[in-house]
Amino acid sequence: MSVKKKFKGLSDKAVAWLFIGPSVFLLLAINIYPLIYAIRMSFTNFYANKIGREPQFVGLKNYIKVLNKEAIWEKMQVTANFMFWTLLLQAVIGLGLALLLNRKFKGNELLTTLIVLPMMLSPAVVGVFWTYLYNPQVGLFNYVINFFHDFGSFDMIGSSVLAPWSIVIVDTWMWTPFTMLICLAGLRSVPNYLYEAAEVDRASKWQQFIYITLPSVLPFLLLALLFRGIENFKMFDMVVELTSGGPGSATELASINLKREAFEKWKTGYSSAFAVILFVTIFGFGNVYVKVMNKIKER
Amino acid sequence: MDTSRSYLEPSSFSKKLAATIIIVYTVITLIPISWMVMTSFKNVNSAISYPPEVFFEPSLEGYVNLFTNRSRQSQEYLDSLPPPENWYEELVRSREMVITGPSKFLGRYSNSMIIGFGSTFASVFLGALAAYAFSRFRVPLKDDLLFFILSTRMFPPIAVAVPIFIMYRKLGLGDTHLGMIILYTVVNLSLAVWLLKGFMDEIPKEYEEAAMIDGYSRLQAFFKVVLPQAMTGIAATAIFCMIFSWNEYAFAVLLTQFNAQTAPPFIPTIIGEGGLDWPAIGAGTTLFLLPVMIFTIILRKHLLRGITFGAVRK
Repeated sequence: MSVKKKFKGLSDKAVAWLFIGPSVFLLLAINIYPLIYAIRMSFTNFYANKIGREPQFVGLKNYIKVLNKEAIWEKMQVTANFMFWTLLLQAVIGLGLALLLNRKFKGNELLTTLIVLPMMLSPAVVGVFWTYLYNPQVGLFNYVINFFHDFGSFDMIGSSVLAPWSIVIVDTWMWTPFTMLICLAGLRSVPNYLYEAAEVDRASKWQQFIYITLPSVLPFLLLALLFRGIENFKMFDMVVELTSGGPGSATELASINLKREAFEKWKTGYSSAFAVILFVTIFGFGNVYVKVMNKIKER
Repeated sequence: MDTSRSYLEPSSFSKKLAATIIIVYTVITLIPISWMVMTSFKNVNSAISYPPEVFFEPSLEGYVNLFTNRSRQSQEYLDSLPPPENWYEELVRSREMVITGPSKFLGRYSNSMIIGFGSTFASVFLGALAAYAFSRFRVPLKDDLLFFILSTRMFPPIAVAVPIFIMYRKLGLGDTHLGMIILYTVVNLSLAVWLLKGFMDEIPKEYEEAAMIDGYSRLQAFFKVVLPQAMTGIAATAIFCMIFSWNEYAFAVLLTQFNAQTAPPFIPTIIGEGGLDWPAIGAGTTLFLLPVMIFTIILRKHLLRGITFGAVRK
C-alpha cells in the first residue's frame, strides 16, 4: 500500500476533506443552523412580528397543542391522500412510459425530450395557469371533459370533492416524466447478456420481464419515488397558486397550513413545533425507506 | 431469412405500437403548454370565449400588457392626447388605456437569470467535489453523511424561512442576489451530490490511477481526467439544479421583495382588470419557459445520455 504515498500532491485524506468541506460547511450554515434555530423557537412562545417582546420558554406546550389539534390531523390526511395518489399514478405511468420508450423506436429521443417538458416548468406558474384550464366557464379542461361526456358545468377548484383531484392531476402531469426518466436509466442499465442467457434457457418474455426487468428497474423506481415523496410531502408552490388550500381546507396540505400559521398568524413558536413534527415524520419515513431500498438493491 | 437481427431486438410491430402510445401521450401532455403559448398570442376577449378558440386572430396584447403598466382613462382624455407614436401605444389606447411606464417583469426576469446561473454553477461545482470524495475515498461515517446531505432536503422550506430571514437580515443578505444564490446552492447541493456520486461511481478508478502513475497529482487527475469523463453527468445535474433555481417559489416569495425578487412570485401578480389577464400571464409564462426549453433541447444529448450513463458504456 506504500505505492499510494509516492503520488505527488496532497494526500488522499486532505483531498477528501478539501472536497467535502465546503459542501458540509454550507449545509451546516444554511440548513442545519436554521434548523436548530427553529427547534429552539419551537420551545418558546416567540412571535416573529412582535420584535420587542422577549420570547419565553414554554417547554413542550407547542408540541402538545399541535398534536392535540384535530385540524392538524386533517391536514396530514389531506397530505397523505395527495401523496398516495400522485406516487401511485407516477410510478405506474412513469414505468409504463419507460418500458415503451425502451423499445428504441425511431425518434424516441425527441419524444423523450418533449415528454420531459412539463417538469421543467415552475410549479407556481403552472398552478396559476391551470386555474385558467380548470375555469368552469371558459376552461379548456372542462371543455375537453364535457366533449367526451357532458357533465354540465363543474368546478374542479371550487368543489371540495374535485379539488383534491385537481392537484393530483396537475402534479401527475408535471412529474410523471421524472419517474419515467429514472426508470429508463434503470432499464438501460440491464446488461444484454442477461436476456441472452434467458433466451438460451427458453424463458418466456413474461418470465424475462418478471425475473430480469422488474428487479433491475425496481431500485431506480424506488429512488425516484423517494425524491417525489419528499417533494410532495413538502408540496407548497403549485397548490398555493392553484387552490390556495381551498375550498375551505379541502386541499390544505401540511405545508400550506404551516405557512398560514407562520406567515399570516405569525405564531412562530407554534409553527416551528409543527415544522419539527413534520420533519421528524418525513425523516423517520425516509430513513426506513432508504434502509429497505438498500436491502432490495443488495438482493 | 433475416438472421442478422438480434432476437433481443423488439419486433417491428411492438415498436410501432410503443411509438403510437408514446406519441399519443406526448400530444396530450403538451396540450397545456401549447395552450399557454397560444393564449399568450390571444387578445383578452378571445382568451375568455367559450368554447375555447383554437383558431384566433393573433395579437401581441398579452406581451404589451406584460411589459407595461397601464391605467384606464376617459374617452375625452384619450381624445385630447397627441396621436399614438407606435403600434403598442395604439393597441393600449384601443382598450381606453394609456401606458404609464414599463412593468417590473424585465427586472424580475433578469433576477431569475442571475440567481439561476449563479447557483447552478456553484452547486454543480461543489457537488462534483463532494461526490468525487464520497465515491473514491474512505470517508468516516460516509453513509450517515450522505443521508444527512439528503435529509437536508426534507425540511419544508417554510419552516426554515423564518430563521433564514432573521439570519439574512443580520448578515445583510436579505433580499439580495448573493443571498438567494447561496440559498439555492445549498438547497441544490444534496441533489447534486447524490446524482453526481452515481456518475462518479461509474467512472473506472483505473483512469485517474493511470494518470497519477504518469505523474499527475490527485487534484490534477480530478480536474483533467475525472471531470471531463463526468461531463454528461454534470450536464444532467446542472439541468436539474437550473430548473430548481429558475422555478423556486416558496423561498422567493417569503424572502425577497423589491431587489432580488424572481419571476415565479411575480407572474401570478400580473392581474388585469376584472380578474386575471390571461394573455399577459400566458406571455410571462411563455417567456419564462423559453430559456429552460432551449437549455434542455441544446443539452438534450447530455441529459438523455447522462441519465442513461450506465448503459452507454456497458
